[in-house]
This record gives sequence, C-alpha cells and structure tokens, in this order.
Amino acid sequence: MSQAEEETQTKNTVAHKKKFTFQDFKRGLRKGKYVYLMFLPVFLYYLIFCYLPMYGIVIAFQDFRPGMDFFENAEWVGFKHFRSFFSSPIAFKVIKNTIVLNLWELAFGFPAPIILALLLNEIRCSWFKKTVQTVSYLPHFVAMVVIIGIVKDIVSSEGLINTIRAYFYEMAGGDPSSFKPIVYLNEAKYFRPIYVLSGIWQGIGWGSILYLSNLASIDPGLYEAAEIDGAGRFRKMISITLPGIAPTITIMLIFAVGGLMSSGFEKLILLYQPLTYGVADTIGTYMYRTGLEEAKYSLSTAVSLFSTVINFLLLVFVNKFAAKVSETSLW
Amino acid sequence: MIYKRKPVDWIFDILNYTVMVLLILVTLYPFWNIFVSSISSSAAISSKGAMLIWPEGINLESYQLVFKNPMILSGYKNTLFLVAVGTSLNMIMTVFGAYALSRKWLMGRKYMMLMLTVTMFFGGGLIPSYLLVRQLGLYDSLWAVILPGAVSTWNVIMMRTYFMGIPDSLEESALIDGANDFHILFRIIIPVSTPIMAVMILFYAVGHWNAWFSASIYIRNQELFPLQLVLRRILITGARLNEFDLGYISGAEKQIVFKGLKYATVIVATVPILLVYPFIQRYFVKGIMIGSLKG
Repeated sequence: MSQAEEETQTKNTVAHKKKFTFQDFKRGLRKGKYVYLMFLPVFLYYLIFCYLPMYGIVIAFQDFRPGMDFFENAEWVGFKHFRSFFSSPIAFKVIKNTIVLNLWELAFGFPAPIILALLLNEIRCSWFKKTVQTVSYLPHFVAMVVIIGIVKDIVSSEGLINTIRAYFYEMAGGDPSSFKPIVYLNEAKYFRPIYVLSGIWQGIGWGSILYLSNLASIDPGLYEAAEIDGAGRFRKMISITLPGIAPTITIMLIFAVGGLMSSGFEKLILLYQPLTYGVADTIGTYMYRTGLEEAKYSLSTAVSLFSTVINFLLLVFVNKFAAKVSETSLW
Repeated sequence: MIYKRKPVDWIFDILNYTVMVLLILVTLYPFWNIFVSSISSSAAISSKGAMLIWPEGINLESYQLVFKNPMILSGYKNTLFLVAVGTSLNMIMTVFGAYALSRKWLMGRKYMMLMLTVTMFFGGGLIPSYLLVRQLGLYDSLWAVILPGAVSTWNVIMMRTYFMGIPDSLEESALIDGANDFHILFRIIIPVSTPIMAVMILFYAVGHWNAWFSASIYIRNQELFPLQLVLRRILITGARLNEFDLGYISGAEKQIVFKGLKYATVIVATVPILLVYPFIQRYFVKGIMIGSLKG
C-alpha cells in the first residue's frame, strides 16, 4: 500500500467516524438487538445493585434514621458525621488498629507465599512438588466459618496448644492440677499473631500460585548459562529467580501497601470479642457494628466513605512512588 | 568451570523437603484432628477434648445427631438451594454479559464495559447496599443472598477474554445460515468454552457453599439459615445449648454430646468441598492463569 493510499484510507475512516447519523444508530440497534436483549439483565443488575448503593452514599451527609425510605431525602447535615467520628477517641483507635494489623500482615503474611514459591521451585521431584501444592491450596476452599471454628478449637482452653503446653508442664515436673490453661482468644496480646498465622495457614498455598506461574516463565537458558559460569543454587536464586519475579512482587506490594488502611471485617467479626476490641477493632469492624448492630446508618456510611477515599488516594500515591523507583506500576 | 553439587546443596535439599513435609502435616492436621474427634465417643471427647491422633471408642453417634437435627437439615436444604439457584443465575448473567461485551462490532460496547469496570474500584459500601435490599423487600428471604451477588465483574471479564479468543470463522458459517445471536451463543460459543464454563461453575458454587456474611445480615428466620450460619452458631457464637435445637436429648446429656456434634457438623459441611476439590484444584489453577495472563 502506497503512502498516498494509506492517507486517503485514514481520511476515509475519519470521515466515516464523523458522520455517525441517526440512521447508523438505528442500524446498530437493529444489528445488535439480540445482544442488547442479553445484556439487559446484566445492565439492570449493575444499575440496581451497584449504582443505586453508590447513590445511597449521600446518607453520609444526612441524618438518616432507621425506618426511613431509601430514596427519601433526609435532612442534610454536611460533614457532621465525619466530625463526630474524628472527634471521638475511637477514631484514633480503629485507624491505628487497622494500620497495625495490616502491617503485621505485610511483615509476615506477604513474604510467606513468596518463600513457599521459591522453596517449591527448588524441588526437582515433580510428584512431591505437586502433592505439596495440592495440599497447600486446600484451606483456601474451606469456608471461613469452618476455618475460624478450627482456630478457636485449637487455641481454646482445652485445645491443642494448651494440651501441648500441659504435656511440657508435666515433663518439666509440674503438678498437673496446678496447670493453668491460657484462653488465647480472650487476651489482646495473642490476637494479632492468631489472626496473621491463621491467615498464612489458609492462604500461603493459594498465594504462591501467582509467583510459581511467574517462576515457570523464566527462561531456563539463564539458569544453564549461570551453571556453566559456576553459579551455585543460592547465587542463581539471588541473581536470576528473584529478579525474575521482582515485577510481580512489586505489583503485589503496591496493592498491599495501598491497602494499609483498608479493612476486611468478615474474618475479624468471627474471631474477635469485646475482650480483644482493644487491638481487633478496626475501621471495618467499627463500621459494621455502628451500622448494623447500632443502626447508626449515616455515621457508618461516613466512616466507610472516608476509608474508601483514603484507600484510593493511598493506592494512587503508592503506585506513583513505585513507578518512580522501580519502573513497575499498575497503570 | 561448571558448578558441582556441594555438601551445602545436600543440606539445603534435606531442609527444604523437611519443611515441605511439615507444611503438609500442618495443613492437614487440623482436619484430621476434627475427623478423628467426630468419630470418637462423646464421653471420650467431653472428658479429654479433641482427639489428637487416633479416635477413641469409635462410633457414629455424633453423625446420627447431625442428621437428626432439624436445623442442620434445613441448613443443608437452604444451602443446596443457594448453590443451585445462585450458580444458575450467576452463569446465565455471566455468559450473557461476557457474550455481549465480546462482540467487537456492538454499538456502545465501550460504555457497557465502562459500566462494569467502574464497579471494580467503587461501590456503595455495606450500609447503602443493606438499606437497598431492605427497600426492595428482599429482607429475610434467600433472594437477598442471591440477587445482590448475581454477577461477579471479574468473572465476566475473564469469560469475555476467553470468548474473544474464539476464532470468528466459527460464527461466520452460522451467520450465513441466518442464525441469530442466541443460536451462536448456545450452539457455537458455549460448546467450545467448556473449560472456562467449568471454572466459573466451580468458582460460583464453592462461593455460595462457603458464604455466610450476607445471610447473617439479611436473614432472621432460622428456617432459612444456610448451613454456614448454623455452623457459625455451633462453632463460634458459642454453645448456648438451649438456643440450639437439641430438644430430643435430655438436659444433662446435651453438654456431653454437643462437642461431638460440633466436630461431626464441620465434617458434614466440609466433605462436599473435599469431594469436588480435585476438580476444583485442577480447573481453578487454570482459571487463575487465564485471568492473570490475559486479563
């Protein structure tokens, strides 16, 4: 195709785009009529269950009381609920707890699947590797209620941990009748370790899939070349494997750091109790309790909106930072 | 010089395999622990707590209790309803949505896509959604659990990516025969997309089986409790026995059998997942790959 021809063609398409008439619209509608029919329920779903609730956020700026109609315009009160949240001491507490719990996750939960992937990568026996993978994915599919039930059972006063402690207590010559079991879930200092460890137990295998698929795409020629140069296994791990998955780690890190203020509450509300609120009460659980247990709908929505906005800003900020220092970013 | 294995490599291998074996044991042990406790006699469990390695006084009395308990039975029934109806609705919506968004010639496709992607970043949050469900009159019905989760945007996009990879030539022959889009979807696209269909069905079905949160906020009527809510009562909100229907057992006996019942219920609620797990495991991993490579 000559350059002149190419130019006329571009002109044609541009011209074609410009004259999108009512006729074209009708033709497009007719051509796609069955497809639009298929899309209709999907459209309605998103309109009703995603966009209407977004409109519902307005109640964060209103005094919405229980029993009012969803579409009813309650009295506008501006930032009253935001002010009342931030002026109460609980705001500082739940924000701090959210960040600390997420930092624990970041410090222990984040590296765990990466380490597992690196270790699995060193296993040459393929049936053994597959067995480890299959077993380690399993807890991901077990219901959260069951997982928390198991955790509660293990750390209960007559559960596995206390049984083991009692055993060592007796071994050390202690009198069995004077053994005091620890009720782990009643003590604030054990809450974060239990939360994070159970998270690792449930998620380590599933989390490693991403890194493993990444490892599989590293060019085997690199390893061969390194071996010829006399590189040992640790050398290869540091010089080839880690750089190979570094972009993925960066992206996951962006999400993790961007989510420092976010707070999933489904697991927390199964695991915490008033005795451990001091460390376990986070933005998410506070929002859940004020909203659904105390029916302070406007306050809860205000807290939720605050956390959404902060999370979004944090993600954008962290992403910018990552783009600057590592050339890897989400967008 | 070509690298030769050194003693440090052997030590690393031994440690590595040991760690992996430990990982397997740590992952499976809690399930084993619950299983052996569930088949032990209730007397043994109530005096000693959970069995550590082997069952004691093997019997199935706990299971008999489970299957006699009206709450667990209705929980099972409700969960089966949620899985069957919920997954069917999910699949219909996902397939329709994905098909529409994969038609490259469709007018307005960009805006339709935008409508979906926005919801991946923003949402109304807990309370507005809750108030809306009440407003719609869905409160205290299983539809309150099914309808608000009728589509997963992520799954629609994954399936759309799959549909877009199907060669156009397949449809063109059908178009010549005057087939409309419903024919193309059901006779051509779906039959060649069985792997992704299997992934999605499993995704959705396991999700419904395990879900408890929305049922816990929308359902008050105990007869409508799905299995996970019944489980939560037994395992987590604690052993408030009188609240829990064990009416056919005398008072003193209740405390003794309750623990066994707890373990047996966990097994009964988890076995279906363990049975489909081999399939899930194979397909889910594939699904993740499709999602991460193309999505």
